[in-house]
Amino acid sequence: MKQKLEQIRAAAHEALAGELNLDALEQLRIKYLGKKGEITAVLKGMGKLTAEERPVIGALANEVRSQVEGMIETKKAEIAAKIEEVKLKAEVIDVTMPGRAQERGELHPLTKVMNNIKDTFIGMGFEIADGPEVELDYYNFEALNIPKNHPARDTQDTFYVSDNVVLRTQTSGMQVRVMEKQKPPIRIIAPGKVYRSDAVDATHSPVFHQIEGLVVDKGVTMADLKGTLEMFIHRLYGDETRVRFRPHHFPFTEPSAELDISCFKCGGKGCPMCKGEGWIEILGCGMVHPKVLANCGIDPEIYSGFAFGIGLERIAMGKYDINDLRLFFENDLRFLRQF
Amino acid sequence: MNLPLSWLNDYMDIDVTPKEYSDKMTMSGSKVEGYESLGDSVTNVVTGKVLTCVDHPDSDHLKITTVDAGTGETLQIVCGAPNCKAGIIVPVALVGAVLPGGKIKKGKMRGVESCGMLCSHDELGITKEMLGYEPEYGILILPDDTPIGKDIRDLFGMNETVVEFEITSNRPDCFSIIGLARESAATFGKKFTIPEVKFTETDGSINDAISVEVLDKDKCKRYCARMVKNVKIGPSPSWMQQRLTACGVRPINNIVDITNYVLLEYGQPMHAFDLRDLADGKIIVRRADDGEVIKTLDGQDRKLTAEDLVIADGKRAVAVAGVMGGFNSEVKDDTTTVIFESATFDAASVRLTAQRIGLRTEASSRYEKGLDYNNTVPAVERACQLVEMLGCGENVGGMIDVMGNVTDMAALPFRPDKINAFLGTDIPTDDMIKIFDALGIKTDLENMTVTPPSFRPDLAGEADIAEEVARFYGYDKIPTTLLSGEATCGRKNDRQKMQDAVGESLNAQGMYEIYTYTFVSPSIFDKLSIPADSDLRNTVKITNPLGEDTSVMRTTTIASMMEILARNYNYRNPAAKLYEIGKVFIPTGDELPDEPYKITLGMYGNKCDFYDIKGIVQTLLADLKVEKVKYAAVTDNPTFHPGRCAKVTAGGKTLGVFGEVHPAVRRKYGIDTPVYAGELDFENVFANINTSIKFTELPKFPAVTRDIAVLVDKTVPVADIEEIIAQSSKNLESIKLFDVYEGDRIPEDKKSVAYSVVYRASDRSLTGEEVQKSFDKAVRSLEHRLGAQLR
Repeated sequence: MKQKLEQIRAAAHEALAGELNLDALEQLRIKYLGKKGEITAVLKGMGKLTAEERPVIGALANEVRSQVEGMIETKKAEIAAKIEEVKLKAEVIDVTMPGRAQERGELHPLTKVMNNIKDTFIGMGFEIADGPEVELDYYNFEALNIPKNHPARDTQDTFYVSDNVVLRTQTSGMQVRVMEKQKPPIRIIAPGKVYRSDAVDATHSPVFHQIEGLVVDKGVTMADLKGTLEMFIHRLYGDETRVRFRPHHFPFTEPSAELDISCFKCGGKGCPMCKGEGWIEILGCGMVHPKVLANCGIDPEIYSGFAFGIGLERIAMGKYDINDLRLFFENDLRFLRQF
Repeated sequence: MNLPLSWLNDYMDIDVTPKEYSDKMTMSGSKVEGYESLGDSVTNVVTGKVLTCVDHPDSDHLKITTVDAGTGETLQIVCGAPNCKAGIIVPVALVGAVLPGGKIKKGKMRGVESCGMLCSHDELGITKEMLGYEPEYGILILPDDTPIGKDIRDLFGMNETVVEFEITSNRPDCFSIIGLARESAATFGKKFTIPEVKFTETDGSINDAISVEVLDKDKCKRYCARMVKNVKIGPSPSWMQQRLTACGVRPINNIVDITNYVLLEYGQPMHAFDLRDLADGKIIVRRADDGEVIKTLDGQDRKLTAEDLVIADGKRAVAVAGVMGGFNSEVKDDTTTVIFESATFDAASVRLTAQRIGLRTEASSRYEKGLDYNNTVPAVERACQLVEMLGCGENVGGMIDVMGNVTDMAALPFRPDKINAFLGTDIPTDDMIKIFDALGIKTDLENMTVTPPSFRPDLAGEADIAEEVARFYGYDKIPTTLLSGEATCGRKNDRQKMQDAVGESLNAQGMYEIYTYTFVSPSIFDKLSIPADSDLRNTVKITNPLGEDTSVMRTTTIASMMEILARNYNYRNPAAKLYEIGKVFIPTGDELPDEPYKITLGMYGNKCDFYDIKGIVQTLLADLKVEKVKYAAVTDNPTFHPGRCAKVTAGGKTLGVFGEVHPAVRRKYGIDTPVYAGELDFENVFANINTSIKFTELPKFPAVTRDIAVLVDKTVPVADIEEIIAQSSKNLESIKLFDVYEGDRIPEDKKSVAYSVVYRASDRSLTGEEVQKSFDKAVRSLEHRLGAQLR
């Protein structure tokens, strides 16, 4: 019997070494391990053995059985792997064919740039304010030290709704609205649409966007104005961008400045983009005029502040190299998809 | 404002290049727009006399000339100009000359050597304005007395560099050569001097010829007059003409040119009257009569009001004060006696008058910014000096000088520490005083005050003084610091966060954001088929719109969306999914309208249908955590398809309306494919956001799913079925519609609706009996309330 078992072991080993398919493997399993299989038969014949032989042969029979079982399992796994391999080979596809993409929409480029600017100022402790686009003459002009008949009104061709109501020509009125409601320290930006009666062309639109900024606190200096806006510019355009503050005039700030940056196209050497000047005008700013503070009930002897106004379209045009302002309002999908 | 640098040199020494000059002036606050040196592009062109001129043997139009250009030799030059002849003096470009068109080389023309070129005005970049006349076609023939061998640039003032400034409205004093010279001197730390103005006066007095009366002393701050007799009208000398031309002023005659020259130099508008035209020898500065008509210099009749100030003689108005002189009193070729007017008028008054009569002139644009009443006397004296210099008349003795109501400049506190604290600088007081001195600001150290000069009314407070210090100290030298003081927390508020969330949701759903104009045409209401009595037609109207198309503020955003969809459709974009977050403007009883934000959706193409836009609305609201949203059919919104429009509500508020745009409406926009659009109210959506999301325990007990299919009338909205099923059990977890069927084996007016209903209790396993009871209850309710039959 011992011999028989060794024979079975050897035969099974040999049979399982060859090429087999799953059916042939199943036949082998039945042949050795099935109810009528050879090992089963040996185990069934155990009764005829002596008491001394039985445990020895029994142990051997179990050993052979588990060996054969193991060999069959291994073989089965091998065959399965081969089948899988063949199947996978047949499943080859052209991975260079286009993917099945879901088209995602995008924010308008003006929103993208606006978000960028908001993030920078939020990081510096600013909040965001919103206000009316149809505005009282008082907020748009009067409270900003631009009385009726002031020549500065000429430079802003105003749409009127009535003698006292205008479409705001600037977001600067938000300075006054915020200061009336909120006491210092104030750090806000107020983005929004503004209106000027300019005919539409590549660089003019009767509707465009500004972002007003306002800081009021004790001891705010012009050096703070410079530092804050310089940081903003560096965040927006990179640290290598040079910034210059050039004296200018706005009725509601004093001193006033325009902020130029080194041309983002030529880096300051002079090119058609910057009209050969090497500088591009980005925003207007200044120390809040004491009269404006006083108009809002803030004592200019105690508090000081600075304000700035950024033209959103100009920034976006520079950032994305957009050459025609009209594109922003045409909303051609072929344009919108580019951002 | 154009500044010829040679003119600047009359008042200060300028020894830097135009580039350096421009850069520094820009940084001290006088923005230079550019500069131009005319002569840079013309070198080696001199005047020359054509000695002989014969036809070229091998050409039908060329001529061979010999020319004396003062070079010591006679030049042979071939010329093609038809007006070339012997004896004329013309510009000669010598060999090696540079012209705007290129360099001149020695060459041969049809075999004949040519050593240079005889030039036309065009070839030299000389304009007819610079010449003062329209030259004939061909080479430029110069006056017979022109010296030979003279650089053409000197002849036409082309050596001049003209710097163009952008002057801000607060600095009327800088609309003058003297004002800019003062700024330049302060910028470069140079001395600024006004040469003494001297002239001789003849016997007699202006007072014998004329009297001046100022009736409105508020509108007329000062009126000075001087008289010139034995006037000989003629052209002014070329140096004066060149300077006027360089500043963009057309030379007319010596007297008018003198007034313009003084205007440019002193920034003081002047006028010259012909004494003959001043009836009764009177000048009366008075308000116009309502409806009084004056014919101005330009030949136009101008109707005035009682608010307008005029200069009148004994009989009628002869000038609109500060704006323009009258047609009848202007200087004429045979004028022999002139009255110079040099006056200061109220800024606002001039501005309003100019606006009313629609006439802005050199003079009015200066007056309306506010001029210095102390400038009138120096200006009129300068004019007299120029009269003498030009020899075009004799200055009659005396000056009439009538003062109006003026206020002197107030002294301002001078607190150097305060200025430094304000600027964030550490500028020594002495340096500040130096800046004040250069600008004509008087410092009183005893009282610590400064008094600005009368030509600087813009300096009205300490901040203005601080700006003067900053400008000349240098903005670039002010340090850069970051904000100190109490920290503030920067953040977006909840509405701003919702705005971002709307973008995120809609972008994820394939929607692109658009920006549109907020003013629209009043015709949009008809285009959207909005009824004549709709509140939407009550708009905020712009009184001075660019055009009818942009004349009212929108009360709905659908029209803007339709316009953009139509544009994309016309551009052949096959499909579009767009949204906008923007305002509408709803008139109220108050002066200002309400300005609620709307979220506007719009789409066409890709075979989209109603359920695509509904899916977008559903997903958007779900993303925003707006709960308990209900949808109901809207059949009477004329902008939309009567059977494919829904209203969305939550918390008792209408969030918005969306659906298929009525085919008749979209056809009006030229779109031949179904369009879906909707308008949600930002504030109502915001009000329904669930801001307190709480965790719900994950289910511990199994769910039981039962399918239910019922037959109902076709017209029954599935929402009604769902609501009834939902009310049938408190253990109902979800209801999901999985089939709607109409057709075979079902009565024609019925539809079969099938739901998968999930029951679950949070505290135990539901028994089959319990579920069956709930299920039966649902069926009974459906039967009872909707006449449904279980299938």
